[in-house]
Amino acid sequence: MSAALKETEQGFSARYRGLAARLPGAAEARRRAAALFGARGLPDTREEAWRFTSLRALAGTVFSRVEEPSEATLRLLARAPESDAPLIVFADGRMRADLSRLPRESEAEGGPRGGPGGERGVRVTSFAAEPSFERVGEGEPLVALNTMLAEDGANITVPADVDGGTLVLLHLGSGEAGQPPAFHPRHRVRLAAGARLALFEIALGEGAYLHNPLMEARLAEGAWLLHLRLLEESPDAFHLGSLHVALGARSRYEGFALVRGARLARSEVHAAIEGEGAQFFLNAAQMLGGEQLADITTVVRHEAPGASSRQTIRNVLTGRAHGVFQGRIEVARVAQKTDGYQMNQALLLSEGAQVSSKPELEIFADDVKCSHGATVGALDADQLFYLRSRGVPEKEARAMLVRAFLGGMLDAVPHEWGRSVLEGAVDSWWKGRPA
Amino acid sequence: MSAVAETIETVSAVTEGGYKWGFETDIETELAPKGLSEDTIRLISARKEEPEWLLAWRLKAFAAWQTMSEPHWARVEHAPIDYQDIHYYAAPKKKTPKTLEDVDPELLRTYEKLGIPLSERAALAGVEGGQVAVDAVFDSVSVATTFRATLAKAGVIFCPISEAVREHPELVRRYLGSVVPAGDNFFAALNSAVFTDGSFVFIPKGVRCPMELSTYFRINARSTGQFERTLIIAEAGSHVSYLEGCTAPMRDENQLHAAVVELVALDEAEIKYSTVQNWYPGDAEGRGGIYNFVTKRGACRGRKSKISWTQVETGSAITWKYPSCILQGEGSVGAFYSVALTNNRQQADTGTKMIHIGPNTTSTIVSKGISAGRSNNTYRGLVRIMPRAAHARNFTQCDSLLIGDRCGAHTVPYIESRNATAKVEHEATTSKIAEDQLFYCRSRGLSEEDAVTLIVNGFCREVLKELPMEFAVEAQKLLAVSLEGSVG
Repeated sequence: MSAALKETEQGFSARYRGLAARLPGAAEARRRAAALFGARGLPDTREEAWRFTSLRALAGTVFSRVEEPSEATLRLLARAPESDAPLIVFADGRMRADLSRLPRESEAEGGPRGGPGGERGVRVTSFAAEPSFERVGEGEPLVALNTMLAEDGANITVPADVDGGTLVLLHLGSGEAGQPPAFHPRHRVRLAAGARLALFEIALGEGAYLHNPLMEARLAEGAWLLHLRLLEESPDAFHLGSLHVALGARSRYEGFALVRGARLARSEVHAAIEGEGAQFFLNAAQMLGGEQLADITTVVRHEAPGASSRQTIRNVLTGRAHGVFQGRIEVARVAQKTDGYQMNQALLLSEGAQVSSKPELEIFADDVKCSHGATVGALDADQLFYLRSRGVPEKEARAMLVRAFLGGMLDAVPHEWGRSVLEGAVDSWWKGRPA
Repeated sequence: MSAVAETIETVSAVTEGGYKWGFETDIETELAPKGLSEDTIRLISARKEEPEWLLAWRLKAFAAWQTMSEPHWARVEHAPIDYQDIHYYAAPKKKTPKTLEDVDPELLRTYEKLGIPLSERAALAGVEGGQVAVDAVFDSVSVATTFRATLAKAGVIFCPISEAVREHPELVRRYLGSVVPAGDNFFAALNSAVFTDGSFVFIPKGVRCPMELSTYFRINARSTGQFERTLIIAEAGSHVSYLEGCTAPMRDENQLHAAVVELVALDEAEIKYSTVQNWYPGDAEGRGGIYNFVTKRGACRGRKSKISWTQVETGSAITWKYPSCILQGEGSVGAFYSVALTNNRQQADTGTKMIHIGPNTTSTIVSKGISAGRSNNTYRGLVRIMPRAAHARNFTQCDSLLIGDRCGAHTVPYIESRNATAKVEHEATTSKIAEDQLFYCRSRGLSEEDAVTLIVNGFCREVLKELPMEFAVEAQKLLAVSLEGSVG
């Protein structure tokens, strides 16, 4: 452990001590998280779960705290994709009801209401008003950090058998390199039995900052969550996010994530399949260039029989970017008839790019079907030649092939507006990038 | 051996129960006092009349070992090992015999029980028309080597490594530790400090070794750790196939085995290294059994050189073993074919590393894991493509089979690529024996146990076909014996 990283950790711990009396929610959970974080600190590459992703880039930075979002952050609102859907805006880690379009039933103060979700009973409150902690961060350093310092977040509830429609969760963040701010929002999603929701999370940013969001989602029996995510953090920012989703019987989580931004991004997805016959789908793509490092780490735990999980993770890497995927499927003794599948593919477009991948199976039940596959390679020379011979310029041909590489994933997004936003993000990735 | 006779033998092996090779030969052995210190190392070195440089090398390894801690990343659990409670040297008291007639008759009987083709007659019976040279390692000192004349004529050196230290010091000094450095890892450092014997093979330029070379390792004396050291050098254009087989007598205490195997292949040389490992796995409750912590690594130094590892692992209480290839030479080729079968309380954490350094290097990994009883079986592998390894190619296939609902099968592959022109493919599956296959066999009158054995042999076919003939036969029998009691 370097002294500089220690300094960063101590900065977080000192921040907690200064704020402890004012932080919302159970003080005991905070204290435990602070003790866990104090004992273990930020993970380093000697830990198996972090072997490919070093947090050295954070070393020496003591992150600041902002009370009021900066002008720069508020200006980012203009970059958000347009839609009529209900919208929850977080600026520098705080919920801004005045900039949001909350569903009617929602209880945040001061904003216009009445999006379509409201009529259906979707309820949005802020973590500051209704704090709760499902986990504190035992063995999970990012969760411990969030638990210790979370000040705000969105609590989203959809009542039984209600189709909550589309809800957009927008994160805006910015900061100066000298003393970059850190945001630790804590979101909670509750879908009651038979409820449905299409949640589209978008993160946009500028300058240097740390975004450390945690989302705890719980899907009751037969619930269905479509979760789209577009990560376009600033190229100087750090993103350390985790999602914990618990799936009840016959519920369905369908996730699609596109990671384009951040200097260093770690996106953890932990799925606990607790109910029989649940379905977990995750498609994720990372498009990275320059010196970017982005890591998708998934743990899918099958704890109930007859469930299925499917994951497809793709990395497109150029410049000196480093793409990381770690995915583990765990099948407990009771989880007979599990169908687990995981595919992980990487496309290396430049000499300096690198990929690290660790797909893991950990299986304790015998009547299961589990498999994973991984491929790493360059663009197919024959395909490139075919396009070039038909007069397509090199750069365009490469873009077409990359688009095709991600195409199948995008086509599978069952949400028209969401799909178009994600497609736009894939296509615009090439702008300003050398072929 | 005819198919019928073999079937009868397989069936009797299955029905006999217990560990077929669980016997202990009673030969007087000379033991070093328990414990590990510089003095122990000096004693080993002096007893083996080693040159000063080798003692210095051992002491350096020991110093490195003292700064290291036991690795715990593998998915295995065991009681702490007391490294001071082990005899680091055991040698049969009688002088090394010059001919087969001089070999202790009890020792020969032991080998007979194991079916080692030690004598020519046995060798010829084992493989028709072929010859197998055996460098039998009984505990720590090689006691007999056959076929040396034939080998000498071809210029092949095949002898105990302690002899090679005396007879060919320049070769040993040049290559020892050049693939697995003295301080490579905890167990390799321990081995480097205290290794007592092992095999040395040198195939000169352009020579195709006239026979398959075979070593039978056998742990015998109670509480002696076995620290074998094997070094194989294949000069440019040469070819060698090396067989290693292991059985160990039944005993109660856990025994530590930390071997190191180093292979060096120069330009266009090929080394084929095959292992059948059947050490005592412990009883059904997991008492006793061998701890097998082995470092095996091959360096493809020359262009178009080739190293292939084939292993059938059915024994040991704990297996910790990752035969690897460092693909340095342009166009060099690495291969790893593995069957690992665990039953009862056995734990295996095994796999390979393919490090692609040179351009146009290729590697193939085929791993078949079978878990039964309450065992845990892990494939752990690394494929690393370095920036210079343009157009490198890897294909990996890992299949796991679960028999019964108390066992575990795990797959932990690491894939790292730093070259855009390289292509890496990996696939892994986990499943149980298909009901329809089982039903098909049962409907044709096979017992459930025979049906499972047949299906498991089919599951492992891709690996077993890589083994030399006589090993393939033994391996199939071993799979049947090891699976016993796991069905029904």
